[in-house]
Amino acid sequence: MIASLSRRQAIAGGLFVAPCLAMIAVFFFVPLAMTLWMSLHDWPLFGPRSFSGLANYVQLLQDASFWDSLWFTTRYTLLVTPALFIAAFILALVVQQPGRLSGLFRTAYFLPVVIGMSAASLLWVWLYNDQVGIFSAILMQLHLIDEPVQWFDSANSALLSIVAMVTWKMTGFTMVLLLVGMQAIPEDLYEAARIDGANRWHQLRYITLPLMRQTFALALTVSVIGSYLAFDQFYIMTHGGPQNSTIPVVFWIYRAAFTYSRVGYASAMSVVLLLILIVMSFVQLYLLRSDD
Amino acid sequence: MSQPTLTLDDFPSTAPPAHSAPVEPTAQASRHWPWGRILLLTFASGVMVLFLFPIFWSVLTSFKPAAEASASPPTFWPSHFSWQNYAALTDVGVGIGRYLWNSTCVSLMTVIGVTVLSVLGGYGFSRFRFPYKSVVFMLVLATMMIPFQSILTPLFILLNVLHLHNSLLGLALVYSTFQLPFSIFMMRNSFDCVPRELEEAATLDGCNVVSTLWRVMLPVVTPGIVTVALFAFFTAWNELLVALVLITDADKFTLPVLLQSAQSQFMGGVNWGVMQAGISISILPCAFLFLLLQRFYIHGLIAGAVKA
Repeated sequence: MIASLSRRQAIAGGLFVAPCLAMIAVFFFVPLAMTLWMSLHDWPLFGPRSFSGLANYVQLLQDASFWDSLWFTTRYTLLVTPALFIAAFILALVVQQPGRLSGLFRTAYFLPVVIGMSAASLLWVWLYNDQVGIFSAILMQLHLIDEPVQWFDSANSALLSIVAMVTWKMTGFTMVLLLVGMQAIPEDLYEAARIDGANRWHQLRYITLPLMRQTFALALTVSVIGSYLAFDQFYIMTHGGPQNSTIPVVFWIYRAAFTYSRVGYASAMSVVLLLILIVMSFVQLYLLRSDD
Repeated sequence: MSQPTLTLDDFPSTAPPAHSAPVEPTAQASRHWPWGRILLLTFASGVMVLFLFPIFWSVLTSFKPAAEASASPPTFWPSHFSWQNYAALTDVGVGIGRYLWNSTCVSLMTVIGVTVLSVLGGYGFSRFRFPYKSVVFMLVLATMMIPFQSILTPLFILLNVLHLHNSLLGLALVYSTFQLPFSIFMMRNSFDCVPRELEEAATLDGCNVVSTLWRVMLPVVTPGIVTVALFAFFTAWNELLVALVLITDADKFTLPVLLQSAQSQFMGGVNWGVMQAGISISILPCAFLFLLLQRFYIHGLIAGAVKA
């Protein structure tokens, strides 16, 4: 009786999870395995392909443009992550107290998050435009500049312009993550601290910050991984320019595969990106894990 | 994940003495309270204006007459509100209606696929025992570490082989798959929160497994379903890269692909108003759904993140 019951359990459970597992198997695990397989081939987008062993990887090691794009992605990540963090932490403190106004502010800060990255990029390209854009117009009105700024003319200013856009778009997201951690801290801790004479700064420094370590780890992981996958904003706002100076890894993979038709080579790059992402997930979660 | 606890005895020793210890806390609070609060409100409102301005500006510009929308330097308030830019969208490509339809189809297919599959999967993982269950579940969660951007090229080849390239269905299948791990996780948690007694009562009342799920469980886990559906919609509606790679026929473009291709064609500085109209249209459903279902969205965001 018990045996047959658990058998029926197993069959029913298996039937319930089978459809979604099948989807994940076909559209996730198959392409994942294909990435490895394809990376070992000289594989053009169309036409005959041939096994080439580790040739793609050997070439990748010597390919300066790939390492440039990895370094560029890293720089982008190193700029975006602290920008998001600082902005989000300040805003989380501001809207921490419950209340109608706080709710309004939270909603407003979060609204850009739900806009697509591509729509946001198109919008900001226009804000940045030298002829019709509002940013240059405002700066000129304030007599801070005499001529419209060419935001995308130099590599650094293009990068910073995109960082500003992403900060606008994603701060709300990080803010919500931080708010959850902030509100998980029991109110009695603050009360006790106040009784002991701690001021706002002390409460922040000795209660809020230490107790939010795990939340920080979480928000950090999310932001770093998200930044390493950046594509839309660069594809739309800079097209990789000027002089191919703003090409993040995903953009470079996209180009290798679909512009230069080197699918196998692109797959080798994907494998490297995959390894980076997996290592980052583990390292960050390990470094910032809970103490116990 | 338990938070490390701070004992009260530790605290005073780690905290330096307060510089201006308030003699009478409540008196000080009432004296300083309004100013601090006013400052905070001013700051918060200022930031709110900053965050909302780009969206407001785009929508406002979309209602300017075409000449004003492309004016250099930009003018502030439209001389009159006009639908001109929205009307002009019908001349972009094969007409905006088609692209809206494409995006809507892909989004609905994704929402339906994700919702159905994750409800079934979540229920299976929550309520049944079968061999290797926890291993399989961990494997599903682990796939969240590998986003579609990193296996884009083989996806393209695979969909070619399956004759699903250049098809909205193929696109929806890819979106659904990459939404699934999060959604299964969400739904499993939702089912986990339902007391077992509810099902036992249903079984006693003569419900079988399917009718228990359909009649008894689903109404209880509706918040989870709304969350899962909402995230599926946002992904499908906004995604650019996969659509760019998989869809080659211009009349099958989704909204993001259309807008970016329109932008590269407009790159002479013309038609800025039309562009803003297109952007506004693509923002509208997201903003609307978010404002309407905010609670579910935030709930999902937190649940999805905290698990990590």
